[in-house]
Amino acid sequence: MIDPFNIIITGVGGQGNVLAARMLGNTLAKSGYHVTIGETFGASQRGGSVMSHLRVSKESAWSPQIPKGRAHLIIALEPIESLRVLAAYGNRDVVVISNTRPIYPVGVISGDFAYPSLPELNSAMGELCDDKRFINATEEALSLGNPILGNVIMVGAAAGTGLLSIEDSSFESVISENVPASKVKINMEAYRKGKEMVKAPIKF
Amino acid sequence: MLLSKNEGKELLLMGNQAIARGAIEAGVNVAAGYPGTPSSEIIENLASVAGKANLYVEWSVNEKVSLEVAAAASFAGLRSLCVMKQNGVNVASDFLLHLVLSGTRGGMVLIPCDDPGAISSVNEGESRYFARIMEIPLLEPGDFQEAKDMTKWAFELSEELGNIVMLRSVTRLSHASGNVKLGNYEPVQGKANFRFDGNLLDPKTGPVITAPVPMRHNQQQGKLKKAIELFETSPFNRYEGPEKPELLIITSSACYLYSREAVKALGAEGRTGILKLGTTWPLPPELLKKHLAAAKKILVVEEVLPFLEENIKILAMENIDSLGKISFHGKNDGSIPSVNEMNPDHVIKAVSSILAIPYDSMPEDYEKKGMILSFTKSPNRELTFCPGCPHRASYWSINRALTMDGRNGFVCGDIGCYTMAILPAGFSTIKTAHSMGSGTGIASGFGKLKSFGMEQPVVSVCGDSTFYHAAMPALVNAVHNGSDMLLVILDNSGTAMTGFQPHPGIPSDATGNELPAVDIEGICRSIGAKTYTSDPFDIAGTEKQLLELIEDNSGARVLILKQPCALSPEKKKEKRYTVSVDSDLCRGEECGCNRLCTRVFRCPGLVWNAEKGKAMIDEIICAGCGVCADICPAGAIKRSEVKP
Repeated sequence: MIDPFNIIITGVGGQGNVLAARMLGNTLAKSGYHVTIGETFGASQRGGSVMSHLRVSKESAWSPQIPKGRAHLIIALEPIESLRVLAAYGNRDVVVISNTRPIYPVGVISGDFAYPSLPELNSAMGELCDDKRFINATEEALSLGNPILGNVIMVGAAAGTGLLSIEDSSFESVISENVPASKVKINMEAYRKGKEMVKAPIKF
Repeated sequence: MLLSKNEGKELLLMGNQAIARGAIEAGVNVAAGYPGTPSSEIIENLASVAGKANLYVEWSVNEKVSLEVAAAASFAGLRSLCVMKQNGVNVASDFLLHLVLSGTRGGMVLIPCDDPGAISSVNEGESRYFARIMEIPLLEPGDFQEAKDMTKWAFELSEELGNIVMLRSVTRLSHASGNVKLGNYEPVQGKANFRFDGNLLDPKTGPVITAPVPMRHNQQQGKLKKAIELFETSPFNRYEGPEKPELLIITSSACYLYSREAVKALGAEGRTGILKLGTTWPLPPELLKKHLAAAKKILVVEEVLPFLEENIKILAMENIDSLGKISFHGKNDGSIPSVNEMNPDHVIKAVSSILAIPYDSMPEDYEKKGMILSFTKSPNRELTFCPGCPHRASYWSINRALTMDGRNGFVCGDIGCYTMAILPAGFSTIKTAHSMGSGTGIASGFGKLKSFGMEQPVVSVCGDSTFYHAAMPALVNAVHNGSDMLLVILDNSGTAMTGFQPHPGIPSDATGNELPAVDIEGICRSIGAKTYTSDPFDIAGTEKQLLELIEDNSGARVLILKQPCALSPEKKKEKRYTVSVDSDLCRGEECGCNRLCTRVFRCPGLVWNAEKGKAMIDEIICAGCGVCADICPAGAIKRSEVKP
C-alpha cells in the first residue's frame, strides 16, 4: 500500500458523508492503521458539496487535508461530485468509485445549469483518470429496504477494490458498535453487496 | 468511550471528542458554552456523560454568561471549562478582562475553536490575540493526541498559576479525527465552597475582585512570568530535524501537520527543521533563542494572522547581538497567504521557493482540463434551505410584503441558517449581515434616520437562540428610543444551524432535564413592543400581517414567525402532507409565472421535469410542508393531509 494512502469521500450535505468517513476510518483503525480524517461540514451541510479526507498510514498521523493532485481513491456518494474532486485532487492513477443516483443542485432545478447524463460524466471523468467505476448503490440500497444503506455499499465497494487490506471482521465490529444488533445482518449484506458490485461496475 | 477506564487504549477520536476526554481525565466538574461551529461537539460530548461523570453541563444564553458560569465554579474550587467559537471570545472579553485580574481558584480553561477560512462562519477572527492582550497563557495542540493531553494539562497549569488558561483549537483539529491513546480516568466528586472571608488581598480566601488594580495587575504579570519558566521545558514544544537546519519552520496547531507533510513531500528533511510550539503565549525565550541561533532562515507557518511571526520577530530583535542577521519568511513577506486557512500546498509552495526545490502538484494540462470539465459538467451547488425549512416560507412572505409595500424596504440579517437569505435561497432578502444580534441593533439605528429623509421601511430578522443571545438588548434600545422598525423573529424552536442545541426558550437543558422555558412573546410585550405571532406556513395570513406591520410606523414592532425546523427531532421524517403536481393543470413555461415554483421558490424537493416541461415532486427529498401548493398561481400543486 502507498503510505499514506489518501481517500476522499465526497457527496452532498445530508447524505451521511461524515458517517461514511467515520465508518471507513474506524474500520481501518481497527485493521491497525493510523487514520486521520478531515471533515468539512457546518454551513456546507445545507445542500452544498461535502467532503471528507482520509489519510491512512502504518507510520503516523498526517495532515487532515490531502495535497492537491494526491488522492488515491475517490468515493463519490453523488455522481457529479466525483468530477469536482478529480479536478482538485485527481491524477491519472486515482481510482474513482461513484454512486449513480443524482441529487440536483438548485441551479439545475431552476434551469440555470444542465446536469450531465451518466455516459457524459463517464467520458468527462475518463479524461482525468483511467479507473472509474459506477455502481447503483442507492438503487441496491432501496431494494435492501433503506436508501441510507447506500453508504455501506460504497464502503463495501472501497474494500472490494483490494487497494487497502480491510478485514470483513473489522467492518463487522465497527457496524456492531454503531447500529442495533437487529440491523447488523442487513448492514453486512449491504457491505458484501458493495464488495461484489465494484468488481462488475456499470458498462458504458 | 469518554468514560473508558481502559488506559492506553487507542481510539479514533474527533478533535472535539479528544478535548472532551482530556477535560474528563482532568476531573472537570462544570462545563459551559454557547453553540458555534466548530466548537459545539465539546459541550455535546460532555453533556452526553454528565450524569455518569457527575458533571454540570450548560448551554448558556451567550458566551459572556457561559464564562461567568464557569468562573463561579472555579471560584468555588471546582475545575471548570468554557467553550465557544472564535468570535464568542469577543462577546466574553469584557468579563475576561476582569477575570484575569481577579484570578481563578479551581483550574479553569477557556477553549475557543477558531475557523480559519470561515468554513462555517461569517468571519475568520483570531482568538489568540486575546491571550496576549489579556495577559494569560495560550496553548495550541498540534495533533489529536495533544488535543486530549494538553486539555488535561491546561487545568493543572491554571491551578499552578491561579489564572485562567486559553487552549485554542481550529476547525481542522476540532472537526478532524485521529488516533488517540487514552489516559487515566478516575471519577471525581468535587466539593463546592466559595471562600470570601480571608484577607482582602489573598487570592485564595478573600473576595474575588480586581481592586486594587495595579497590585493585582502586577500579580497577574507575575503568573505570566511563571508560565514562561514552565514553558521553557514543556514537552509540547518539540523540535524535529537536523542540528543546524538551512531553514527552520516555526509552527503551531494544525499547521504543524501541514509543515511536516510539506517537508516530506519535498524530501527536504535533511535541510529543514520544524519547531512545533504548543505553548504560544508567552513565548519561551530561551528555547526560541536556541533554535533561532541554529538557522539563518526562518519560516513561520500559522493561521490566520502573523501572531507567532510578530512575537518571534520582537524576540529576535531583543537578541540581535547574539543572534545576528536572520531572514524571516511568513505572512508579512507573502511567503504564506495572509488570509484564509492553510493547507499542505501553501507550505509546500513556500518551502519549495525558499529552498529552490521544484515541486509539481498537478501537470498544467491536467489542471486546465479538470477546471474546464468540472466547470461545465459539475454544476455549482449553491447553499440552500432544507426541503420543508420554515425560513424559505418566511422569506417568501417578507420579500413579497416588502415588494408590495413598494418603498424599497430591506432586511437587516443576523446569524443562523437564516443568514443564507443573502443568497437566492432566501430570495436575496438580507441586505446587511454581521454579528449575533447586530441585525436588530442596525435596524434600530436605521429606524431613526427619518429626519434625514430616509423613507425606506426597516425590517430585521433574528432566530430564537440569537434573540436571547444578543438581540434582546437591541430590541430594548429600539423600543426605548422610538425607532421605526419591525423585528421578525424566525422561531424554529432550537439552535438549528449548530445541531439543535437547546436555548432558554426550550423546556430542557443540555443533558435533557426539564427546565422552565422563557417565552419570547412575553418578553417582547413586556418590553413594550407591539407583538404578534404567525405561522410562516400560512403564507396568506403571514403576508397580510407583515404588510400591516411594515406600514404601521409607530415605533418598534415584533412579528414572531413560529414553526419548528424541518430537521427538528419532533418533525424529522414525518410528512404533514403528500404533495403532487397535477400535470394537466401545470402550464409549464407557458404559464407566465416565470416558473415561480422551480426558478424562484427553489425548494430542492420541487424539481423541473425537462422532458415533460412540467414541475414535479421528488418524493425522496420532499419534506411534505405543503407550502409550495400556495405559491403556484395555476393551483397545479396539490397537497393532501397525511392521516396519522
